[in-house]
Amino acid sequence: MIYREAGDFKTSYAADSQTFPIRLDRLGYYVILLVAFLVVPFVVNDYWANSVLLPFLIYSIAAIGLNILVGYCGQVSLGTGGFMAVGAYAVYKLMTAFPDVSIFFHVIIAGGITACVGVLFGLPSLRIKGFYLAVATLAAQFFLVWLFNRVPWFYNYSASGQITAHERTVFGIPVTGPETSAWAAYLFCLVFLVASAIIARNLTRGMVGRKWMAIRDMDIAAEIIGVDPLRAKLSAFAVSSFFIGISGALFFAVYLGAVEVGEAFGINKSFLVLFMIIIGGLGSIFGSFAGAAFLVLLPVFLKNVLVGTLGWPTDTAAHLELVIVGGLIIIFLIAEPHGLAQLWRLAKEKLRLWPFPY
Amino acid sequence: MPEQLLFASEVFLNGLMAGVLYALVALGFVLIYKASGIFNFSQGVMALFAALTLVGIMEGRVPFSHVINATFDTEIHHFGWHVPAFAAILITMGVMVILAYCVQRFIFRHLVGQEPIILFMATIGLAYFLEGVGDLMWGSDIKKLDVGLPQGINTWIDETTFDAFGYGFFIDNLDIYASIIAALLVIVLVLFAQYTKQGRAMRAVADDHQAALSVGISLNFIWIMVWSVAGFVALVAGIMWGTKSGVQFSLSLIALKALPVLMLGGFTSIPGAIVGGLIIGVGEKLFEFAIGPMVGGATENWFAYVLALIFLVFRPQGLFGEKIIERV
Repeated sequence: MIYREAGDFKTSYAADSQTFPIRLDRLGYYVILLVAFLVVPFVVNDYWANSVLLPFLIYSIAAIGLNILVGYCGQVSLGTGGFMAVGAYAVYKLMTAFPDVSIFFHVIIAGGITACVGVLFGLPSLRIKGFYLAVATLAAQFFLVWLFNRVPWFYNYSASGQITAHERTVFGIPVTGPETSAWAAYLFCLVFLVASAIIARNLTRGMVGRKWMAIRDMDIAAEIIGVDPLRAKLSAFAVSSFFIGISGALFFAVYLGAVEVGEAFGINKSFLVLFMIIIGGLGSIFGSFAGAAFLVLLPVFLKNVLVGTLGWPTDTAAHLELVIVGGLIIIFLIAEPHGLAQLWRLAKEKLRLWPFPY
Repeated sequence: MPEQLLFASEVFLNGLMAGVLYALVALGFVLIYKASGIFNFSQGVMALFAALTLVGIMEGRVPFSHVINATFDTEIHHFGWHVPAFAAILITMGVMVILAYCVQRFIFRHLVGQEPIILFMATIGLAYFLEGVGDLMWGSDIKKLDVGLPQGINTWIDETTFDAFGYGFFIDNLDIYASIIAALLVIVLVLFAQYTKQGRAMRAVADDHQAALSVGISLNFIWIMVWSVAGFVALVAGIMWGTKSGVQFSLSLIALKALPVLMLGGFTSIPGAIVGGLIIGVGEKLFEFAIGPMVGGATENWFAYVLALIFLVFRPQGLFGEKIIERV
């Protein structure tokens, strides 16, 4: 009764090939955008921004990036943490070297730099496939983290070895540094997330995305029908690393403010983002959002229940969280290998017919 | 002999010993991969879990005592007895077999026929799960593991080399024993695979699942057995590494060290795991010795990966791996 596409006639090609062809979906999308841009900034407070919203927005960008590589192009990568570190250190160097340029451009250039590094580490994917590639991307993870730890030029020879974000403004409003208000940081990240999602969605619907999927489904067959594996794989690495770099830059500059590379961008970050896209759904932009939301909210929820309600010590709660996350990954892979996105699709299918069984 | 060369050869020997331990972990990967096509990322956590369980049993700790104490406000920690090392190892082995059964029954039975990459991700989930369970069961503090293996500098080698070259080599007794035990383990595994009925069945399954099934080999049994053997290898590796540096979370990271070993040696080859382990062990120690001081040290973190990566570009299936044939 609520969710229907009957009576929704398309009279032009443009109407038929738009991102949300069903009117209700489109409406929902606009409502969410309106709420996100016009309502949330006025009600958000520091706790919500720092523990839920900012991590959600930033991890969503990373998850979209990784989903392009793993979900759409089929190249498993365990180097996400390393690439996020590239974004973070690139934006740090840019911020300190060109303090007059807007941070907005710095973040985008940091994404570009990460894309170049991603292509470099993506080169072996032309020879190496499957597990071998997954392990090879670990080389990127360990090498990059080591590099940022050991070469003082990257952290401007600071004594602590940390990098710290100084105050930078957009339109006169600080978005990094200690003076940032919650809504400004939130809006800054939101703009990047929405832009990334729109770009990613349209890339994956177009020719590039279809080439990626052809490579994912069977690379030799794709090559025979005329997809250039060199271009398809490297473009997937570039686009994916671009988004991951942006998310790393935001993670450092806007969210944390000060970063120690081994701690913030270690191997666990790579797994976390990988889990997000598995739980959310491989090969789905919505799934990236769902997975990021799930894995950001789960620890907050568990912490509130276990530490707040049951009074467990924090470390025991953290161990239980590991058990639950690990268990959920396995359960998802067994019950629904396509993740939350597939559940959402099924729910919509059912809603179309509701209240009739068929 | 010039001094630098003496230092280098000492580093070489120590690298060889470290390599044996890497090979030991890599061996567990190869066994499971050959028999079931599962790339078992949780091998390192299995070693950690085995070592934790062994310490817990030896010291008579109460499992889940932290959780029980936190929930019911009690103060229980130990049963108050000490189990001798040998008995504790046997009990731990039993736990690993039960674990193997559970893994097979509750996870991989439901994932038969899925893509390899899905299975790989399931083992990452398993790694997280096991790590959490291990910590919940036995607590996450650093534990000392002592099953009676000798430790410390080997004085005989020190004195002999001092007499011969005027410079005493430092080699840990534990490393020597670890190498001997690892070598014995490999021989036992090879004999098992070649000459016993179950071993033959295991190789048949590795060759072709369906053909093995059609001649009456129970895949289920073989997979449980392989996971148990991998659990045994994990236990041995856990004892070695645990004795060396204490039982703690970083133990599970040896799995990450074993991955480049596998890439180098090939995922499907037992000799490959051993040769790869030795190359990586020697390579990273010598690299750290020669180049490390120039670039800020701690190159051991990534050297193995970069070496394996460069190597793979020229030989994608590793040193001894089966040639990868792809068809449309």
